[in-house]
Amino acid sequence: MTPRPRADARGARPRANLRSARPILAASSVALVALVAGCATPTGEVVLLPAQDGHHSVLTVQQGDKQVVLDKPYAAAETTTQGPRAVESSPKEVEAKFGKALAAQPARPQTFTLYFVEGSNELTDESKRVFESVFPDIAKHPVPDIVVIGHTDSVGGDVYNDKLSLQRADAVRDALIQRGIPAADIVAEGRGKRDPLVATGEGVSEARNRRVEVIVR
Amino acid sequence: MLRWKLALPLLMFAAGSAQAADIGQIKVSKGAVTIDRAGNALPGNLGVHVQQGDVVKTGADGSVGITMSDNSLLSAGPNSVLALDQYAFDTTTNQGRFDTSLKKGTLAVVSGRLAKQSPGSMTVSTPSAILGVRGTEFVVSVNDTPAAR
Repeated sequence: MTPRPRADARGARPRANLRSARPILAASSVALVALVAGCATPTGEVVLLPAQDGHHSVLTVQQGDKQVVLDKPYAAAETTTQGPRAVESSPKEVEAKFGKALAAQPARPQTFTLYFVEGSNELTDESKRVFESVFPDIAKHPVPDIVVIGHTDSVGGDVYNDKLSLQRADAVRDALIQRGIPAADIVAEGRGKRDPLVATGEGVSEARNRRVEVIVR
Repeated sequence: MLRWKLALPLLMFAAGSAQAADIGQIKVSKGAVTIDRAGNALPGNLGVHVQQGDVVKTGADGSVGITMSDNSLLSAGPNSVLALDQYAFDTTTNQGRFDTSLKKGTLAVVSGRLAKQSPGSMTVSTPSAILGVRGTEFVVSVNDTPAAR
């Protein structure tokens, strides 16, 4: 079974149509000539926006074998019947065309990071204060959901740390439930040692990496 | 140990019903918003969870904002049709796939944990183009004309 090349399958149909429908052949030919002559009809637009988290953004816009890469704010591509075309946009244009979509954007997920007293399940004094600040933030959301993500340092293997990180997350989830947050609104996840706050080598005990993130969204 | 014994049947249940899993939640809903799910049109109200395969539609006065489980934010303006074609997200490794398509209208996107972990794991398609999302914020429109098809 050799898969048929997709270009063939696509190309075959319009050609057959042109042959079998002689009365509209002339009109189709005119359209075809117009296309070949460069009358690209716009089909849509893509605009890269500045990233609020400060990360560098990149977006590729692919049509067949033609590609435009957008890599700075307000770099834009117009998609057309003949492929993407690099253009420039502006905050004003984006607001005019995409204002309602942007106005419906959900609140950015808020992250609260909690640390533990070494060798215990108890939060540090500073983290106890951070934990308290989670509740007013939850109250601001009309339909809040909360993700609790546990992390470990690099001491030990993945299986051990995956379990340990989930246990830390579960402990914080339990604490949130005890304070009246509905259990159905909270998910606990363990990332093990994959996402250290501070990069270290293997097997390094690092208090700043033993943490739980509470994400309110 | 007890925790793990309890968790196991839950995990098996989750795996068995993977297709019906909630992958995101409607956080903003204005005007007419509907979800086409397996042939049924459901109201796209505030708080409703979305699933893989859902097609979210907004009316002339409608707009909708969805937060996905990987923190991606999708929001569509009026007269839009957005299909959540494919979604898989491993919360431990941050790996998976997220493919959506905007059939018409306007869409604003902030990519999340999936695109951050693996550039190339998130795409947004329009009838004429495929956008490869390396991060993080952009808007896309599809003209409502025959040429857009």
